[in-house]
Amino acid sequence: MRKIFVREEWCLGCHLCEYHCANANLGNGDMAKALKGRRINPRITVEDDGRICFAVSCRHCTEPDCKKSCISGAISVVDGVVQVDQDKCVGCYTCILACPYGTIQPNAEGHVVQKCELCLQNGCEPACVSHCPNRAIIYEQEGVSA
Amino acid sequence: MKHVIIGNSTAAVGCVEGIRRVNRTDDIVLIADESHHTYARPLISYLLAGKTDKERMKYRKDDFYEVNGVTSLLGKTAVSIDPAKNTVTLDSGEAVGYDNLLVATGASPVFFPAEGLAQVKPAHTFTTLDDADALLKCVRESTRVLIVGAGLIGLKCAEGLRARTTHVAVVDLAPIVLSSMLKPAPAEIMQAHLEQNGVELHLGTSVKAFRPDEARHGAYFAELQNGESLGFDVLVYAAGVRANIQLVKDAGGACGRGITVDAFGQTSLPQVYAAGDCTESTDVCTGQRKVMALLPNAYMQGEAAGMHMAAAGAPLPCQPLGLIPENAIGFFGKHILSAGVYFEDGADGIYEDFDGGSYRCFYYDKTAQRLRGYILMDCPQRAGIYTALIRNGTQLPEEQFLQLRREPGLIAFPSQARIDILRKKEVAQ
Repeated sequence: MRKIFVREEWCLGCHLCEYHCANANLGNGDMAKALKGRRINPRITVEDDGRICFAVSCRHCTEPDCKKSCISGAISVVDGVVQVDQDKCVGCYTCILACPYGTIQPNAEGHVVQKCELCLQNGCEPACVSHCPNRAIIYEQEGVSA
Repeated sequence: MKHVIIGNSTAAVGCVEGIRRVNRTDDIVLIADESHHTYARPLISYLLAGKTDKERMKYRKDDFYEVNGVTSLLGKTAVSIDPAKNTVTLDSGEAVGYDNLLVATGASPVFFPAEGLAQVKPAHTFTTLDDADALLKCVRESTRVLIVGAGLIGLKCAEGLRARTTHVAVVDLAPIVLSSMLKPAPAEIMQAHLEQNGVELHLGTSVKAFRPDEARHGAYFAELQNGESLGFDVLVYAAGVRANIQLVKDAGGACGRGITVDAFGQTSLPQVYAAGDCTESTDVCTGQRKVMALLPNAYMQGEAAGMHMAAAGAPLPCQPLGLIPENAIGFFGKHILSAGVYFEDGADGIYEDFDGGSYRCFYYDKTAQRLRGYILMDCPQRAGIYTALIRNGTQLPEEQFLQLRREPGLIAFPSQARIDILRKKEVAQ
């Protein structure tokens, strides 16, 4: 399967991936209209301490601690993609406690969790990848040279 | 090869999935006294609150047993294990033979004796779907509920029932709520939050005696040690649980407070494994043996046991389990996440931060340069980064710890560790 990988040395810390992620998960409308003046809640996080910056989102682990820890059976792996069934999720945050990379978040209302599902549910290529101006975020087959 | 599983909850499901990761054809027989399809046990409080329903709280899909080739014997109770003959005897008298056995019998509520308790009919408990159903049937808007126990089970029950009645009182001998999980300062914050949400708390006292209310049929009084008297209609006992060890103990297996298991779930009996709330295992962050009756541990133990059962001695691509106490729980929208140990009062390296309504506590062991535990209240963001550091016993220089204390992030990790996590690993052709 294809996964998202991050090349820290190319990241400019522009945070565009966070905006495009939030926008894609709100339906891919006009980004300025959708996000201007709002606090965004993206599924990808840019870490930046002024010296180092990079983005991090779900690694779609082959041994997903989040799935094993989910108290409601809401997290499953479908064709290698770790997915949350928000209808089953009760927002207990055990998966947030368990994810070693910190890539699961409460949704905007805090009643359920959300995570990167590779934009499969948004009907597009991962928005963070397609809008990264520096190709610091790539979407490629695991373990195969491009 | 025939694998028999006693239990049908988290550890049992983990075992089925563990077996099937290794082997698609071995026979699996699952025995459970409850007749329900596997369900998410901690969701019973969300069922009371109307936040889920029986369909959505199924822990796995309807075809789980069929897809995994499991013969399910639901509604049958295992009454004994014969480790010499490799058989489990059911309440029907039927004997089920096994090559490998997993005991995942969970834990049962305990009743502390109080005068007049036998007169209170029924005295509810709150660990199963049937328990939740029984409460749904008898709690109406005006029902006065008394819960004995302000631990995780009692308070989740209180939260669920507050959606149905305005009268929920909780009594606990401990002076603070969630005494097994919280330090006093965050417990006070949570106590105030529970009270704001209409849960009446009576802490630092216990029930001396129950007596019927002569004036109201089906109503009672609880006389407390502190002299107060509380009227109630429905009683829920949530004063703790005890691991169900009897089957293994009677068969001669080693037990402490739980069934003794190693890092792969093996008991002292040959071909007999155990997992979940019925077990006692090693907490890798302290090296102590304890009952860590928490759902993530139950799944991981069950899965590891299943993989070993199916591998029949062949090497496996998995590490021994690194179990630690870890728990996420919320009441009325206020969330607490915790992992590891953080009760070393007075110990060097306890860091507490209050910020508005949120609270963070870390226990950083300066000598060993390791994070040992944390409690986070209302700041769950990226907590798993801390959990992994504790579980893996990662060496963490103080400067890195202080950076992580301010904000969890992979940025505090050495460059190579980040690259390993984030970058594609090219495979040589």
